[in-house]
Amino acid sequence: MLKHVAGILGLLLAVNAVADTVYVTLEKDNALAVVDGEAGTLIKTMTVGQRPRGILLSKDGSQLYVATSDDDTIKILDAETLTEIGQLPSGEDPETFAQSPDGTLLYVSNEDDNQVTVIDIKQRKVVARIPVGVEPEAVAVSPDNKWVASASETTNMVHWIDPESHQVVANTLVDPRPRGASFSADGKQLWVTSEMAGSLMIIDVVSKKIIKKLTLSIPTVSEDKIEPVGVVIDAAQQWAYVAMGPANRVAVINAQTLEVEKFLLVGQRVWHLAFSPDQKRLYTTNGVSNDISIIDLDTHKVIKSVAVGRYPWGVVSRP
Amino acid sequence: MRIFHYWRALSGIVSREVWRFLYQRERFIAALVRPLVWLFVFAAGFRSTLGIAITPPYETYILYEVYITPGLLGMIQLFNGMQSSLSMVYDREMGSMRILMVAPLPRGFLLMAKLVAGTFVSILQAYAFLGIAWLYGIQPPLDGLLWVFPALVLSGMMLGALGLLLSSFIKQLENFAGVMNFVIFPMFFMSTALYPLWKIKESSEWLYWVAQYNPFSQAVELIRFALYGQLNQYALVYTGAAFVIFMLLAILGYNPSKGMMMRKGRG
Repeated sequence: MLKHVAGILGLLLAVNAVADTVYVTLEKDNALAVVDGEAGTLIKTMTVGQRPRGILLSKDGSQLYVATSDDDTIKILDAETLTEIGQLPSGEDPETFAQSPDGTLLYVSNEDDNQVTVIDIKQRKVVARIPVGVEPEAVAVSPDNKWVASASETTNMVHWIDPESHQVVANTLVDPRPRGASFSADGKQLWVTSEMAGSLMIIDVVSKKIIKKLTLSIPTVSEDKIEPVGVVIDAAQQWAYVAMGPANRVAVINAQTLEVEKFLLVGQRVWHLAFSPDQKRLYTTNGVSNDISIIDLDTHKVIKSVAVGRYPWGVVSRP
Repeated sequence: MRIFHYWRALSGIVSREVWRFLYQRERFIAALVRPLVWLFVFAAGFRSTLGIAITPPYETYILYEVYITPGLLGMIQLFNGMQSSLSMVYDREMGSMRILMVAPLPRGFLLMAKLVAGTFVSILQAYAFLGIAWLYGIQPPLDGLLWVFPALVLSGMMLGALGLLLSSFIKQLENFAGVMNFVIFPMFFMSTALYPLWKIKESSEWLYWVAQYNPFSQAVELIRFALYGQLNQYALVYTGAAFVIFMLLAILGYNPSKGMMMRKGRG
C-alpha cells in the first residue's frame, strides 16, 4: 500500500517538475552521457565518435550536433533515438561551434587552419571559410544575427564577422587566450573570458570596445589556478555564470551591476556550462573529476554532482 | 510518590542548569567561541583540502567548513557533557549534591534529570552556533535544521552520560585537567569530526580503526546525516547503545553501596 502511495506521489511530482535531459560529451571515453537533469542521475552512456567535444541542440530541438574532433566531422544525431543521421563537413579538428539564430547555419572554429567554417546544415555543405586570427576557439552568433564573434587564442582578438558578407569587419584586442564568448540576450553586449589573465571582459557590440573588465580572484585559491573558460548569461540578463577551470568554481555575476556576487564550488577543472530549458538549473562539465555539477539557480546552490565518464567536455540540455 | 514530584524535580534541575548557564555569560560566550574559532580560523585555512571525493550524505563537493560543522556541533556537546561532569564534582565538593541526592526519588531518575538539563543547554548552544554558521554561509537545508534536533538530543544524552560516568570517578576539581587530556582531546581528534574516514585511512590504519569505533564519531555522523535530512541507522544504534551503557555504568557509579563513591570514600 505504502509503496503505491509513494509511487503515485512520485508520479505527481514528476509531472509537476520540469524535466529535462542533459547530454554530455566525454572526450576520453569517445562517448555521450545522457543525464536526467531533474533527478540528477545518469541514464546511459553511448559511443559517439573519436574525441567528442562541442555539442549543440538544433533550434527546433530535434537534432544534436556533436563535434567529434578526431573524426574531423560534426555528427548529426536524432535527439530522440540518439542514432546518427548524418555528418557535417566541419573541416579539421572541430572543437567549438555556434548556430545561427534561425538554425540554418553552423559556424565552426578550425583551430589548426586559423579559420571559421560556415556550414549549411540542410545542404550539409560548406558555404564559406573565413580566415581569422591564430587558433580560433570561442565562437558566438548575436541573437539578432548581425554579428558572428570569433575569438582567437593566440592572436588575442575578437574578430567581428559580418554574416552577410562572411568578412571580418572589425577586431577587438582582448586579454590573452580568450576561451569563451557569449552574447547577451538583447545582443548589446559580448562577454569574453581570458584564460591566462583570469579575466572576464564585457564588450559593447556597437562600439566594439571593452566597457568592463573583471579580474576574477578568490582569496583562498592561488592566482595561477584561475583560468576562466565558459560563460553564459540568462535570458532575463539578471545573472551570468563563468566556469573558472582549475579553480573548481563557477563565478556568479550580477549581469546588471556587472559585479561578482559569489563563487560556487563544483568539480575539478570546470570548463563548459549549459542552462536547463527553463533556466532553473545550470550544468557544468568538470573535466578532471569526471562529473557534472548541477546548480539550482533560484538559490544559487550546487545541488548535486553526477559522475558521467572520463573528461566531460561539452554539455547541452533538452526539454 | 506522584508524578508531580518527578516533574518538580526535573524542572527544578533543568531550570537550575539553564539559569546557571545563562547567568554565566562568559560560559555561554566561551561555549560559542570555541567552535567558532575552529570554524573561522582552522577550517578557513583548509578550505580547499576536501572536495576531492563525494561521500554521503553530501551529494556534491563541499568546502572544509561545511564538512567540519557537524563535528563542531559534536564538540559543543562533548565539552558540555564534560562541563556538567565538572559541575557534578563541584556540587559534590560544595555539598549541594547532598541536597539533590537526599530527594526521595530514585537515584537513576535524578541523574537522568541532570542529564536532560545538560543536554538541553548543549542544544541551545548548538542552535546558536548553527545560526552564526548560517550567516557565515554554511546553510544546510531547512528541514535538516529540524531533523538535527532529535539527533542532538541523543548525542547530547550520550556524551552527557559519559560525563556523568567520568564524574563518578573524579574526586576533586583539579583532576578535571586530566579529563581534558585523556577524554576530550583524544575523542575529538580521533574521530570523523575533522576528517572523513577515507581520509584517515589514507594516513593510518589504526587511527582509522579507532575513529570508526569511537562513539563520538558515530554521534557526529548521526548529526551530520540528520543535518541533511537523512538517517544514518548504524550511527543511531551505535550512539543509542553507547548512551545506555554509559548511563547504566553512571548509575552504578553513583550507587553509594556499590559504586565508586564508596570506594573513594575509603581511599
